[in-house]
Amino acid sequence: MSRTITPPQSEFLNDREGSIAIPNSTPLSDFIQETLALTRRLFIQLQRRPSTLAAGIIQPLMWLVLFGALFQNAPQGLFGESASYGQFLGAGIIVFTAFGGALNAGLPVMFDREFGFLNRLLVAPLASRFSIVMASAIFITTLSLIQTAAIVVMSALLGSGLPNALGLALVGLIVLMLVLAVTALSLGLAFALPGHIELIAVIFVTNLPLLFASTALVPLSFMPKWLQVVATLNPLSYAIEPIRYVYLHSDWNLSSVVVNAPWGSVTMGMSLLILLAFNVVAFVAIQPLLKRTLA
Amino acid sequence: MAPAVLIEQLQKRYGAIAAVKDVSLQVESGEIFGLLGPNGAGKTTTLRCLCTLTTPDSGQIEVSGVSAIENPRLARQRLGYVAQEVAIDKVLTGRELLELQAALYHLPRQTIKPRIAEILTLLGLDEWADKKSGTYSGGLKKRLDLAAGLLHRPDVLVLDEPTVGLDIESRVAVWNFLRELREQGTTILITSHYLEEIDALANRVAIIDRGIVIASGTPSELKDQVGGDRVTLRIREFSSVEEAEQAKGLLESLPLVQEVIINGAQGNSLNLVVVPQSEALMTIQHALQQAGLPTFGIAQARPSLDDVYLNATGRTLLDAEIAAAGSRDVKAEKKQNMR
Repeated sequence: MSRTITPPQSEFLNDREGSIAIPNSTPLSDFIQETLALTRRLFIQLQRRPSTLAAGIIQPLMWLVLFGALFQNAPQGLFGESASYGQFLGAGIIVFTAFGGALNAGLPVMFDREFGFLNRLLVAPLASRFSIVMASAIFITTLSLIQTAAIVVMSALLGSGLPNALGLALVGLIVLMLVLAVTALSLGLAFALPGHIELIAVIFVTNLPLLFASTALVPLSFMPKWLQVVATLNPLSYAIEPIRYVYLHSDWNLSSVVVNAPWGSVTMGMSLLILLAFNVVAFVAIQPLLKRTLA
Repeated sequence: MAPAVLIEQLQKRYGAIAAVKDVSLQVESGEIFGLLGPNGAGKTTTLRCLCTLTTPDSGQIEVSGVSAIENPRLARQRLGYVAQEVAIDKVLTGRELLELQAALYHLPRQTIKPRIAEILTLLGLDEWADKKSGTYSGGLKKRLDLAAGLLHRPDVLVLDEPTVGLDIESRVAVWNFLRELREQGTTILITSHYLEEIDALANRVAIIDRGIVIASGTPSELKDQVGGDRVTLRIREFSSVEEAEQAKGLLESLPLVQEVIINGAQGNSLNLVVVPQSEALMTIQHALQQAGLPTFGIAQARPSLDDVYLNATGRTLLDAEIAAAGSRDVKAEKKQNMR
């Protein structure tokens, strides 16, 4: 620090007017103000460090092109009703990209904890500390929807077609539900684990196994019985299969059967309920963790 | 009028470690109050409890009469907390960080821009305001951190070791700034393990050791409690032991001299305790002259806060620092500070 600090000649600190800045604001407007400000911070970070977003878009497109080409010559009909493996794969990539992004949602929060920035937020008179969680959720959801759009466009260019408008809306809804639940879990971990090394370790061991134990890469019928059971317990399958279904059937409705689990058929409506239940479980599970830090 | 900060019988344990055993203090409006103690004495934990980052096990905390435990949000509005570790987002510019801060404190929208401009000028950050804070020097970062703590015009500014890691020039600049703030009526609670810092700034002091307040009052009161002034005397640049012994015998017979110690580590200079505020220097020099001894150097000083600490704990602050450094569990402390 140099000697350039000017003495406070202004009456800055004597002017107490407005020092208690609450009179005509409501808890809700305060909550919106702080949530928007925290969200803005995340987007400024993204804008100045766009590499994660770029990688987050390029990576799934590479999957689509390269992994899709691996089984390009598989006999027609091997992958259910999908015309090609590339078409089959699209839904899996959409869900896995969203899942991976949401799984990382806790990392910025963890770094804020480690660098003491979270303390800055916690000593501020926030209307509700839930705004910290909310800002992360808004940020990650937006990113996931951008990634999803990129994959949908790329799939269409590769000849997998497009769902109809309602179908696209459903894809968006499913991605949203999945991202919210996984973001919640990741934020919970960010408050529960001691540091970012541990969080990265958890992300690492969660990501690929859940990919392989789902219907993202192959249909249920390819799997041995035990893996079928695991895959139909995996909530991700209930995000993948409905998306795959709307890609192939423009006449889908809530009672369309989308998963043939070992124990019976699961409809579109039931899949959405399963995702909703996943959200409820995730948010209930992290309550004690958030309370400990954010109460 | 309620005191700016009132802490009564604060206690906080982390597992088996009692970080704060019994801390009571009262900060009056408009003063700089210093919390002095070695590292690990419980200063930061006390501030964390005050700023609602940690819930105390027992005790009362009030900010301008508002309980920080029952009414944390109101207390947070009145406090500005500047942590020891500079907590800024290096990707944001200084202005953006302050804009975030303004929203977190819910400043009315129309006042945000002018107020940020004002505080940037106040801290000499104008030309840096739109550069990423990651490019700032250590002193600049601290200034931005201070600006963020002051933006909402808190009743009480709480500073945890504000000058640790700063160069001397920056430190003096921070001191001057804090004095100016006090002139403007801001109450400041500051912790430090630097004696000079507390001595230079604080109107009143509490000395804290191992989680307990062991002395409090104005620096002057505390020093008076320890007794006489300190005189350092050098007969020659390097005196022989015999000569020092001779002078010691001579000086001990003077009525205003209370104690004489020969400091072998400093060329057998003499350390004396004398009746406070006395004409000791003249008398001593005169006595030496009579005995035919020269005077190479002589200085009289009031006892320092270190003497106060030494008197209360039986060890110097430096010794306590070294002892604490050996027994600290850095990992556990890191965990306490993370939420």
